[in-house]
Amino acid sequence: MGMTAKFGAISALTFAWVGGLCQAEPAPEPLPVTEVAPGIFVHTGAAALMTRANAGAIANIGFIVGDDGVAVIDTGGSVREGRALRAAVGRITPKPIRYVVNTHAHPDHVFGNAAFDQGGVAFVGHKNLPHALSLRGQHYIDAFRRIMGDELLAEVRLIPPTRLVETEQTLDLGGRSLRLRAWPPAHTDADLTVLDERTGTLFAGDLVFLGHVPVLDGSITGWLGVLDRLATMPARRVVPGHGPVSPWPDALAPERRYLERLAADVRGLIAHGTTLQKAAATAGASEKPHWELFEDYNARNATAAFSELEWEEDAPGERSRGHAK
Amino acid sequence: MPSKALGWLVAVGLGVVLTAAAAVAASPEPADPWPDLVRDVFDGRPLAEDTGLIAIDMPQRAEDAAVVPVTLRVNVPSGDPRTVKAVTLVIDQNPAPVAAKFEVGAGVAMISTRVRIDSYTDVHAVAELSDGTLHVAKTYVKASGGCSAPAAKNAAEAKANLGQMRLRQFAKEEAAPASRVREAQIMIRHPNNSGLQMDQVTRLYTPAFFVRDLSIWQGDQLVLKMDGGISISEDPNIRFSYASNGASAMRVEAVDTDGHHFTGEWPVEAANGE
Repeated sequence: MGMTAKFGAISALTFAWVGGLCQAEPAPEPLPVTEVAPGIFVHTGAAALMTRANAGAIANIGFIVGDDGVAVIDTGGSVREGRALRAAVGRITPKPIRYVVNTHAHPDHVFGNAAFDQGGVAFVGHKNLPHALSLRGQHYIDAFRRIMGDELLAEVRLIPPTRLVETEQTLDLGGRSLRLRAWPPAHTDADLTVLDERTGTLFAGDLVFLGHVPVLDGSITGWLGVLDRLATMPARRVVPGHGPVSPWPDALAPERRYLERLAADVRGLIAHGTTLQKAAATAGASEKPHWELFEDYNARNATAAFSELEWEEDAPGERSRGHAK
Repeated sequence: MPSKALGWLVAVGLGVVLTAAAAVAASPEPADPWPDLVRDVFDGRPLAEDTGLIAIDMPQRAEDAAVVPVTLRVNVPSGDPRTVKAVTLVIDQNPAPVAAKFEVGAGVAMISTRVRIDSYTDVHAVAELSDGTLHVAKTYVKASGGCSAPAAKNAAEAKANLGQMRLRQFAKEEAAPASRVREAQIMIRHPNNSGLQMDQVTRLYTPAFFVRDLSIWQGDQLVLKMDGGISISEDPNIRFSYASNGASAMRVEAVDTDGHHFTGEWPVEAANGE
């Protein structure tokens, strides 16, 4: 261990030094973006897993232009993608980037943060986001180094928000105010939405999936509860975390159906005394035709739902219980 | 075990910054830690393979890195006078590879629990029999893809419900009504914190906080005892089969690394038609 670590540290230094010499990287191609409402630009991510080939560009990310400045909503799955997003901002407006908002801690939404780490930019997130990044960030970097390679991961830095949202907060971009809302555990335990009041455009982060199967990394009962409240948001359209920009609140229906089906299946399996491993292989199966990447995430969602729902009070099939003294 | 586990944590805690940098240059295939583990954990004693006395079952892929089911089965043929004393579960590539050591009471044929998987890894189950021989079974688990991390999903709740316990008892449909074979599951609310996370404000590693001892009794007879570490998932969960001795109650005692004691007692339910 000692030898390896020492060797690693030296080569990392060498790497950084060589990297410094070679810094004159060519200006990146701007990320393709679409203006989905006046002053609101979105890059639609691929319905895919993060790979070396797609440089992690799988999530919907974008920016909102006000009179005084710009807010970037999520930064993509690599610093390369983040830089391309910054180039897209620069092509559309000379106004400065004032805020980078991260909708949660997942790597496809935060790995591009380092591309925006410069004076005058405030990073904004859910009050739980710093903790979530500290719990998971290093694991994400290690895991995606294996998947995407050293070159893409070398520059990724975890940049936690300095401006935290407890419940609600407003960002003023000059003539344009963005309403940020922090949600209880749902998709993750650090979900944040951004509502542009002028156009009624809601950046929902991964609280809303379309096409791409929902990914459960927080609480299934929490998420279903949040959907009810989310549906009352005064929006006209939603930019989901994954999938096409769509009318609001109709866009919630497929996800709600999936989560309700999954919860019902898992509760039934728990009631029958089925083991976690067997339940993970069957719960939610009827939803398969409706989603992309179903095989990649459904068993995981079922696993997470099972370990949450087996703690429900009066779990069906539970025939006795005790309490810690 | 606790001091050993903490030793690991210190080593890992100091190593994280360096190993992250080291990965830039390191080859993608990590060295096989098993020979060293055999030496350190099992004193280099011989491990018999393919004896059929121990089996391990895990999904090929860790779907959720924080909650990977693992089932251990021990099978001493009838007529063999030996019994199984203990089963040790080792996740080779995890920061603390010894996930748990189970002391096994009479009639326990199956133990199922949930573990965290950090990386692509071999997982070994080693059974120690009453004659002192060791028997090994092995499987390989691919790490989950993407954003699945071996960490809490709902960090606030994990803390809030500390120590809640639940026992589930299952009717074994395949067993004859008079069979003494039972199946039960003990669940305890605990973050089972690995201690490998850095606090962003203090830049210090949060201390590990996990259930280190959990024992299950029917009457005065030990059914199962787990000496656990940080690779056991949040909310430790053990499902097991055992032979009923007719006792009317099942009791569980647990201790965590902060010295909290948790106990629970439940009436044993009659099996089918009894």
